[in-house]
Amino acid sequence: MAETLRFHYDVDGDNFTSAGAASVEVKRKLRQLGFPAETIRRVSIAMYEGEINMVVHARGGTADVYVEPDSISIVLADQGPGIPDVELAMQEGYSTAPDNIRALGFGAGMGLPNMQRYTDEMKIETEVGKGTTVSMTVYV
Amino acid sequence: MKLRQIADLLGAEVLCGEQQLDEEVHSACGSDMMSDVLAYVKDQAVLITGLVNPQVVRTAMMMDMRCVVFVRGKRPTQEMVELANENHIAVLVSSHRMYEACGKLYSGGLGCEA
Repeated sequence: MAETLRFHYDVDGDNFTSAGAASVEVKRKLRQLGFPAETIRRVSIAMYEGEINMVVHARGGTADVYVEPDSISIVLADQGPGIPDVELAMQEGYSTAPDNIRALGFGAGMGLPNMQRYTDEMKIETEVGKGTTVSMTVYV
Repeated sequence: MKLRQIADLLGAEVLCGEQQLDEEVHSACGSDMMSDVLAYVKDQAVLITGLVNPQVVRTAMMMDMRCVVFVRGKRPTQEMVELANENHIAVLVSSHRMYEACGKLYSGGLGCEA
């Protein structure tokens, strides 16, 4: 695997039922490529949380995954409302998810903290009213 | 503990994964919040939950779990059972409530640390 492999996904913002489908697909591909199980798990949990976030808060977006022999990067971009206070959003337990999402088992305020917990690097670029891009990297 | 023993202890119906009931698992977690499962779980192979939607199965897949037990008699949809089956996750349904189900498994020897 000399070159960077890139996978692109459109995340449907209207369908909570299918949220996470891209993460499942990435998990399958990383398995085929022979990455260690722990690395695959970290990547897929971080991406899954991000995917759920995009569906819950931003009416969907795009997910791009860049796979190299020694690192896996995930870039999640949306054109949602943006995050007014990133520091607050990063606090465990802080959530703005509506009740219908909590009823589905999400919105515990663990999404962004989890994404940081399972990745080696995470960067959030956000502008209120424009959207959010979250870039994460896991080193193998 | 074998998955078969889990089914026996809980008097559970097996909806899929009949062929993997002899698999050994060492720990479990119980939660209706998938966010917390994703945050706090590490190597637990069994998820006990009363929440029914496809994200339960996806969460189990992300965590490399082997079995999902639905409590309080909650029945997953056919779509969820198929998704679990394709991913080699056994699906059990028990009429016990969460607290009872966890208690029975814990006292039967299934811990919470992998």
